[in-house]
Amino acid sequence: MATAAVTTEKKNYLNAEYGIRSWLLTTDHKRIALLYLLSITLFFFIGGFFALLIRLELLTPAGDLLTADMYNKAFTMHGQIMVFFFLIPSIPAVLGNFLIPMMIGAKDLAFPRINLLSWYIYVAAGVLYIYCLATGGVDTGWTFYTPYSSMFSNTHVVEAGLAIFIVGFSSILTGLNFVVTVHRMRAPGLTWSRLPLFVWSHYATSIIMLLGTPVIAITLVLVVLERTLNLGIFDPARGGDPVLFQHLFWFYSHPAVYIMILPSMAVMSEIIPCFSRKRVFGYTFVAMSSIAIAAIGFIVWAHHMFVAGISLYSALVFSFLSFLVAVPSAIKVFNWTATMYKGSVSFSTPMLYAMGFIGLFTIGGLTGLFLATLGVDVHVHDTYFVIAHFHYVMVGGAVMGYLGGMHFWWPKISGRMYPEGWGRLAAVVVFIGFNLTFFPQFIVGYLGMPRRYWQYPPEYQVYNVLSTAGASILAVGYLLPMVYLLWSLRYGKIAPDNPWQATGLEWRTASPPPTFNFEETPEVTWEAYEYDKMPLPEEVTLER
Amino acid sequence: MSDRAGIGETPLAVEHEERPELRHHFADVEQQRNAATLGMWWFLGTEIMFFGGMFCAYLVYRRWYFPEFAASSRSLDLIVGTLNTAVLICSSLTVAMSVRAAQLGRRTLQVKLLLATIFFGLVFLGVKAYEWNNKYKEHHIPTFSFSANDLIKENQKLFGLDQLQNDPAKLQERKAEIQRRSQIFFSLYFALTGMHAIHMVIGVGLFGVITWMAYKGRFTPEYHTPLEIAGLYWHFVDIVWIYLFPLLYLIDRRPGA
Amino acid sequence: MADHSEHVVRASLYWLVWAILIVATFLTAWVATVDLGAFNTVVALFIATCKASIVVLIFMGVKYTHEKMTRPILVGAVFWLLILLILSLADYSSRYAG
Repeated sequence: MATAAVTTEKKNYLNAEYGIRSWLLTTDHKRIALLYLLSITLFFFIGGFFALLIRLELLTPAGDLLTADMYNKAFTMHGQIMVFFFLIPSIPAVLGNFLIPMMIGAKDLAFPRINLLSWYIYVAAGVLYIYCLATGGVDTGWTFYTPYSSMFSNTHVVEAGLAIFIVGFSSILTGLNFVVTVHRMRAPGLTWSRLPLFVWSHYATSIIMLLGTPVIAITLVLVVLERTLNLGIFDPARGGDPVLFQHLFWFYSHPAVYIMILPSMAVMSEIIPCFSRKRVFGYTFVAMSSIAIAAIGFIVWAHHMFVAGISLYSALVFSFLSFLVAVPSAIKVFNWTATMYKGSVSFSTPMLYAMGFIGLFTIGGLTGLFLATLGVDVHVHDTYFVIAHFHYVMVGGAVMGYLGGMHFWWPKISGRMYPEGWGRLAAVVVFIGFNLTFFPQFIVGYLGMPRRYWQYPPEYQVYNVLSTAGASILAVGYLLPMVYLLWSLRYGKIAPDNPWQATGLEWRTASPPPTFNFEETPEVTWEAYEYDKMPLPEEVTLER
Repeated sequence: MSDRAGIGETPLAVEHEERPELRHHFADVEQQRNAATLGMWWFLGTEIMFFGGMFCAYLVYRRWYFPEFAASSRSLDLIVGTLNTAVLICSSLTVAMSVRAAQLGRRTLQVKLLLATIFFGLVFLGVKAYEWNNKYKEHHIPTFSFSANDLIKENQKLFGLDQLQNDPAKLQERKAEIQRRSQIFFSLYFALTGMHAIHMVIGVGLFGVITWMAYKGRFTPEYHTPLEIAGLYWHFVDIVWIYLFPLLYLIDRRPGA
Repeated sequence: MADHSEHVVRASLYWLVWAILIVATFLTAWVATVDLGAFNTVVALFIATCKASIVVLIFMGVKYTHEKMTRPILVGAVFWLLILLILSLADYSSRYAG
């Protein structure tokens, strides 16, 4: 098998050059995507390790495994690593980086060297964060709330703050690259209304990255200055206002949720039509709802602060605005289900993730409406209900999308097929494990278990045991793809150029693609998602 | 970076002459230039939000602590501030003129104007350092033996201290409050002007490189994108100062108020 | 190709803009010392916005650019800034009312 592969080997981006230098100094967006893939996977497992500690501690009501301080650090670093070092770069920096130039028929992103720079910035920030972690970590909660973070915490807030400040620039540069690339590098004939929805969603994501990230950057700088130079901007004892920190923090960090979920929606909009063999239902609405989510996402932030002492009037307005963001999200969900309706749906691995995504994201989104309701929020604020809600969105939504996308484009990225049976198994295990982990948290949160405590009253134990059991299953579900995707690199079937008979431009070039993506610049004369004109893929027809 | 131009040659690129500055993944110089300027504009959008966070903090505290902000603002040197604004405007003129010189292909003029820009930039930073040093002498640097005593002495009426003369406890309390609140002003003053100065330092460094490139004759009437986008950055930093000047120096200069 | 060529602005226009900016700078410093009541701030910000606008239009060449996206980006970023400022201040100005 291996010898056969060598003889038929064509030049592609993986074998065009060899050696560590050819990777570390590459400006090829596909190689940079793989560099990102390696680094975010590392951080995913570090963050996962802290999740494991949290779940083990909560297995019993007493604080027996970790001390209170260690527990504070565990959930803080779980949150910060997962949000800033995994979720935010996950789909954009890996799949977006790899696919956007190919989807629009370009040879590379507009600024390849800035793309590489963004990865180095990410690595620098990652190293600083690991240094922070190794020297004792940070315990402020991922939100860095002042004045605890600026005045009282004795942990490494400065290092963590700077690391997240720095990693923000990597995300700004990625966003900048995407926006300019989409504007300037599209192949002839590829008009905005022919763009794949993946690109639309990433465009919306990039806008959030560009206009939101600088605000948290400057806010964290102010916190760092407050700690180092003793400024008092957020310190109530010196006339500062800690709620101002929350305003500035959530002005970015709420839209950041959409940085995580929009790319996942981007993946869905590719997978669902492909495995339903139908055009996307309501293309324009799906495209515009991405932009609407990006825009409305910026005017809802104070719903995180309903009990922080903001004015009642302001809270009412933000509560109402928060409901608005449900509209474009619902448009997407309805359009995807309408796409599947009367389609020839096949339950391949990516589609299983996609269907899991729709279910979990719907639960996550709807419980978000509970939280946007002023009265209910006062009851469940800072309880496990909130934890369950945002994990349904970020893990059930974003990570499912990431895994679905990794499977869908794995043949293109690696040139190999993954084992379909194992893929389906893993998707089901992830779905079951996820629900078992987080559904009990809705209940225990509603019953009143607060977040961020290492002990709890014994009557909550049954839910926590369920949750920890689910987390173990979820861990298996995440390890499985790691194993078989790596296995497939060597033993997987050689992937054809277009194994799914998908319509995107990225499927009209070799798997894996050549360094400059296309033999010649394609000219686009068709609309996205013309599945009615595509033949059915061989494997899919066999397995239906 | 190895120059890979030519490997992935597309039909689009065929009609274009060989250009050393054209990078492989662009179809033509026009596309490359447009991408670079567009990127710079988006980056400036990011920069607006970067300063925006601090402006937000500034506005909140200015509303809350107006008398203290007014008094602190008055302690800044109006004449020096005005002249420094003028210096920065001169630098913007020389930048605009140097881009024009590049468009016309006048290299010597270009280099002279760029050197003038750097000169004005350095003058601005020098004056800023002088002002900061004055703040140090006046004990107006937050937390470093900060004292609002001079502000209190000069603004008895503004702070309403004259009405508290008969109540020493309240007077003391009010004075402590003024001390805290004016520190907030100076925290923001240093954060804003400091962040602006960092941008200026980056700008001067950037223009050092640009001047060297201009001196080497890298810029032609057809291609001077680096100069152009560096110019956009410089003008943006100028605009930030155009707002900082009234917001910091001119909060309330009315006589007798 | 000719329609893509850059617009070369007359040098005299740049000098004029410079003169306006300098005059406006001194004007804003002077007008701040005149008692206009609440309008001092309004006038100061109005002059600053005028100055910023001509820098953007002439010095930064937005008036002459072929680039269709420049204006939307500018307007968008300023709009986003206003979202941040207005919605935050809305909280602060209504906080003690109820």
